[in-house]
Amino acid sequence: MGQSDAEAIAQIRAGNADAFRVLVERHSRSVFRLAFRMTGNQQDAEDLVQETYLRAYRQIRKYDGRAAFGTWLYRIAANCSLDLIRARKRRQEQQTPVDDDGQEVAAAAASDAPTPDRLAFSVELQQLLGPALNLLSPTERTAFVLRHYEGMCIEDIGQALGVQAGAAKHSVFRAVQKLRRVLEPAVSTGRP
Amino acid sequence: MKHLNEEDLVLHYYGEGAAGAGEHLETCDACRASFESLARVLRAMDRLDAPEPLEGYEGRVWNRLRPELKNSREHWWNHLALWLTPRHLGGAAAMAALLVAAFLAGRVSQQRQQVAGLSGPVRERIMLVAVGEHLERSQMILVELINNASAGPVDITEEQERARDLVDENRLYRQVALKSGDTGVSSVLDELERTLLEVAHSPSKLDSVEFARIRERIEAEGILFKIRVVGSNLRERERSPLGPQVGKAL
Repeated sequence: MGQSDAEAIAQIRAGNADAFRVLVERHSRSVFRLAFRMTGNQQDAEDLVQETYLRAYRQIRKYDGRAAFGTWLYRIAANCSLDLIRARKRRQEQQTPVDDDGQEVAAAAASDAPTPDRLAFSVELQQLLGPALNLLSPTERTAFVLRHYEGMCIEDIGQALGVQAGAAKHSVFRAVQKLRRVLEPAVSTGRP
Repeated sequence: MKHLNEEDLVLHYYGEGAAGAGEHLETCDACRASFESLARVLRAMDRLDAPEPLEGYEGRVWNRLRPELKNSREHWWNHLALWLTPRHLGGAAAMAALLVAAFLAGRVSQQRQQVAGLSGPVRERIMLVAVGEHLERSQMILVELINNASAGPVDITEEQERARDLVDENRLYRQVALKSGDTGVSSVLDELERTLLEVAHSPSKLDSVEFARIRERIEAEGILFKIRVVGSNLRERERSPLGPQVGKAL
């Protein structure tokens, strides 16, 4: 049986950087999935995994063991993702021009999504999922991804985002409202 | 028990609802219908799956990470001190600018390819929701300004920051509406842009006379009313089923 997270962390704190590998082997896939859902982009997700682990390594002394290491790592990943999508949103607002196909470029502000080709229902609905997620503000998206895909409770989401539980709940709620506005007409006629 | 609101339904879906919500849903047709509609949307989101990394992914992450761990632990403060010299700062800034430029070039072209794959009605729906959201956020700023009952000097720094954030977005949507021949929307966005710019460029701290002047101007132009009308029209169009009939403007 392999080393536990706690044993690996103790070794890292004692100066054995190689013990960090245990934590990479154990958690990097789930961190990747979270990062992908946050960014909708494979390359960004891979970069975020690196950044998350680097931050975790630098802050390993601050980990107090109250939450599972995986949860603590998720909080870091969520914050790295939040930074990235906020920066991306700012860039898009500054950079996105209206050219000959203005409608297309404007929609790009909300459509940096991967092709969800594994979906088995209507093409219209399939096309809407990623862009719908991209309509959310960075905080709403983080809160929604942590609640919906990672199963985190509202209180933990608040901690991850550094806000009160009420604000986290509001972010999840706003996210769901926006998603409903985009998706409801499609799902009510389709068969998800 | 009174009817469940949308927030109650969301919390119930995620298993964090109030006690009694489940029983209420069993007995109330209206709430159950609303909950089922919400659940359909959220179940649809389950289908947006993340790709599984290829075999050996963990090893690749580790190989990329390991050299950086050494640097990060042993020498980061030395590197920082070295890079904070004026000679290096200039070079670092140039390098950063190059990296950002390269990154942006890739990002913009990637977005266009992805958007090109969306059908007209799908793009239409995304735009309707995006413009609707934009109008709501703009409306909130203007309502806060109008409802500010302070008799003395007023600090509008926060509203100004939000207005500045909305100006670029507004310009983009206005141009899109214009190109789509949606003159009603573009004309309201044009007025809104002028109002947002005025808020953004006013002094942050206004005395009561200056503040009253801004408020009067917002009210005199009737911009809030126009925003509500356009917002309501957009929501109507959002409710239309996906299809060619909704793809004619915006």
